[in-house]
Amino acid sequence: MTGVSQEIGEWLIDFTAQEPAEPWLQEIRDAAFQRFSELGFPTTRNEEWRFTNVAPIARTNFRNVLSAPSEIPEAARRHLAKHAPADHPFVALNTAFLNSVTVHIIPAGAVVEQPIEIRFHIDEQAGPPAVHPRVLVLAGANAQCTIVESYTGAGRYLTNAVTEIVAGENAVVDHYKIQRESLEAFHISTLAAQLGRGANFVTHNIALGGALVRNDVNVVLSEGTEATVNGLYIVNGAQHVDNHTSIDHAKPHGTSHELYKGILDGRAHAVFNGRIIVRKDAQKTDSKQTNKNLVLSDDAVIDTKPELQIHADDVRCTHGATIGQLDAESLFYLRSRGIGKNEARSLLTYAFAQDIVDRIKVAHLRDSLEKHLFEKFHEHAHE
Amino acid sequence: MPLLEIKNLHARVGDREILKGIDLSVNAGEVHAIMGPNGSGKSTLAQVLSGRELYVVTEGQVLYEGQDLLGLSPEDRARAGIFLAFQYPVEIPGVSNMYFLKAALNTIRKNRGEEELDAMDFLNLIREKMKLMEMDQTLLNRPVNTGFSGGEKKRNEIFQMAVLEPRLAILDETDSGLDIDALRTVAGGVNALRSPQRSMIVVTHYQRLLNYIVPDFVHVLSQGRIVKSGGKELALQLEESGYAGLGIEDEDEVAAV
Repeated sequence: MTGVSQEIGEWLIDFTAQEPAEPWLQEIRDAAFQRFSELGFPTTRNEEWRFTNVAPIARTNFRNVLSAPSEIPEAARRHLAKHAPADHPFVALNTAFLNSVTVHIIPAGAVVEQPIEIRFHIDEQAGPPAVHPRVLVLAGANAQCTIVESYTGAGRYLTNAVTEIVAGENAVVDHYKIQRESLEAFHISTLAAQLGRGANFVTHNIALGGALVRNDVNVVLSEGTEATVNGLYIVNGAQHVDNHTSIDHAKPHGTSHELYKGILDGRAHAVFNGRIIVRKDAQKTDSKQTNKNLVLSDDAVIDTKPELQIHADDVRCTHGATIGQLDAESLFYLRSRGIGKNEARSLLTYAFAQDIVDRIKVAHLRDSLEKHLFEKFHEHAHE
Repeated sequence: MPLLEIKNLHARVGDREILKGIDLSVNAGEVHAIMGPNGSGKSTLAQVLSGRELYVVTEGQVLYEGQDLLGLSPEDRARAGIFLAFQYPVEIPGVSNMYFLKAALNTIRKNRGEEELDAMDFLNLIREKMKLMEMDQTLLNRPVNTGFSGGEKKRNEIFQMAVLEPRLAILDETDSGLDIDALRTVAGGVNALRSPQRSMIVVTHYQRLLNYIVPDFVHVLSQGRIVKSGGKELALQLEESGYAGLGIEDEDEVAAV
């Protein structure tokens, strides 16, 4: 018990030291901190956190870095902190430190051609710092936009990000999150997307950096909604990355495609937990989940688990997970044409990630990811 | 000095011995056909020569240009001028044919002391070679062998051979699964590559291919040994009387390994 109250205590000091917010916001913060103090940091006894031990975060005495409060438009207030799961300890912590919110409101029918870029960067500093980035995107009916979130930094720190996206009827939202945190950093993120009738939502979650990474992606579909939930994680050394996704078919005729791919090397540990919920109402749901892992070393570990909760009878749900090494036949074929063993390995590794990369529509993002992959596996090839 | 000299070659996969003492000498410019029933060890011989690690050589020696071949990695053999046309070319999604072939060619050229080709010269070269194989250029932009028909895969093998210009080409059942038109195209491509400097080992079960690629020598393999060697007429004799005419039973049981 003392352990828990000690863990919370440090956060309580920073929490109470915050400038008071406007009453409506302060109310949200207070409720969230209350929730956080009840929950505490999760342990591996909690099924949701079974493979991810956040004790290194709980033990660290962080300095909460609070940005200046931002003006939050009236329309945003109705949605802020309404979609991200309130009983997620890190979401509660983020909400408790709510100051500035990156808000993008796309009016009904508006088409935003240029990608909306949202960048979070942390410079090396003493502390170690904890930041709580918060994003809210409201896309009106028939609106169309592309959102790119990127996370980078140097040194040791905690990023605890929460993004809420609300897509109106027939809205088209293309979302990317590219995480290239420092290799000493902790990165916890939650994406909650509430999708309207007939909306089309695509999200790509690219996880490259960080020492300890946990991503939660929660998507709720309505009638006739189409959601594509893709991810790519590339880990090496002692990196740990945990992807928990939840795709909730709340209404009929929804379609979801999920493809998560992982490349693991060194002593890295990856977790994939893919929950698909089909509610009683959600007849004619069509859902497909795939998790593929390429394991390049003997010591890397992957835990992958589909979690299907199907309460309707007229649905099509498929899921599959694979864990494999580089294909020996392919390797020999390339080598038999004069391509060196290491280059052949890097070429095949790159090829494994190719189908995710190809689906990225933002050109600069795709190019930089290709470059990253190429350099990463070329480096690897010359080790 | 022969280009390739195989002496008393024994090889096994797992604990099953497949090659039980092969002797074969191939001079520059010669085309040798290796025939034999299923399971006789023909494909194993092709794979051992190209460096497939699945097979373990237990005895014997292979000299290529007078040097020990068996100590070389598959890539070093390719760089030294050995080319295997696969019986079952591998589909490699995510790796473009173009990128793959350019990387292979430039590695081999570098090894030959030639300059690497830039994108333009490379494109001109492959256009010329594609014409030879009557190949559709769109195949080049697709991933290696991915979604290719059986015939397209075999053509692609010979096309690669035309681009890489090996000194020793080993064709492993290149005729299998081809209709007569595709067979003519593939054989035409192979014949265009015959030269006094280039040797070929053509592994086949059937005599049919040898009507189009006429060998200088024919060897019949049975139970891991060459049991009969002769000129091109040996293939015709096999066509008439079958392997049974030579007292060879089908060795399918071995093939089932």
